[in-house]
Amino acid sequence: MNHLFRLSAGLLRSGTAGLYRRRPVPEGHVSLVVARLFSSEPENSELGQLIKKDKVVVFIKGTPAQPMCGFSNAVVQILRMHGVDDYASYNVLEDQDLRQGVKNFSNWPTIPQVYFNGEFVGGCDILLQMHQNGDLVEELKKLGIHSALLDANKDEQKK
Amino acid sequence: MLPLFRLARGPLTSLRLLPLRACSHTPMDRPVESSIRAKLSRTLAPTHLEVRNESHLHAVPAGSESHFRVLVVSPSFEGLPLVQCHRLVNEALREELAGSVHALSIQAKTPQQWSSDPSLAKSPPCMGGSKHDPGMRLRSDRE
Repeated sequence: MNHLFRLSAGLLRSGTAGLYRRRPVPEGHVSLVVARLFSSEPENSELGQLIKKDKVVVFIKGTPAQPMCGFSNAVVQILRMHGVDDYASYNVLEDQDLRQGVKNFSNWPTIPQVYFNGEFVGGCDILLQMHQNGDLVEELKKLGIHSALLDANKDEQKK
Repeated sequence: MLPLFRLARGPLTSLRLLPLRACSHTPMDRPVESSIRAKLSRTLAPTHLEVRNESHLHAVPAGSESHFRVLVVSPSFEGLPLVQCHRLVNEALREELAGSVHALSIQAKTPQQWSSDPSLAKSPPCMGGSKHDPGMRLRSDRE
């Protein structure tokens, strides 16, 4: 499987469409969040609720259909490679309160940010490393998501 | 600026003028980069450290110090989950990240991890986000 991760990581750098089949992300998953981000209990704040609403939640610049930042695009592409097309994506460029709020909430200074099951995973670098070392397949499995790369690997082995 | 010259060493039968190596930027020209290096060195005692200003790869004015990639190899990362390693780096650079540093790519490795894979990752191509980024415009308005 390692060669698939290395190959796919190279495709991220070249910016090409790659070997995977593109699946459009439903636009309904792109939401705007009006600021009411802080309450006396962060877990019960609007952000605290938001990150738990979906198994996979990302805060990016732009949208999955049109990322506006190379690092955000990398997150979108990695999820696409694994066949994860049902996730919540929030565009921080459209809401500066959200942008600062999520940085405060996560105690993480940069965008993009990725959450799995309400738990902070990291940014682009961490997701890429997880993708390259196989950890992402395992983490998706824990979420009940079967990575498309597992099927791609099986097809490779059959040949 | 005309290049400076030095006399080539060698027999005095002929004098040759060789251009001096072009003056490299001094730390004064790159205060943020210098600060990043100093803080990471002080807090994480790295065995290997690379700090690269990647601002020129992004839609920001020439000479910016807004986008950086750091590679930190340190025993401080032993036994820590990757996200915690990154948090240590973020914490060390809290001031810079609250200031002009807009993006920070991090590779955090233990010495053992580095020796088995001594490679620096490359950043994904810019998609022009800074041009559409009201946060960046506000910063440049303030500067």
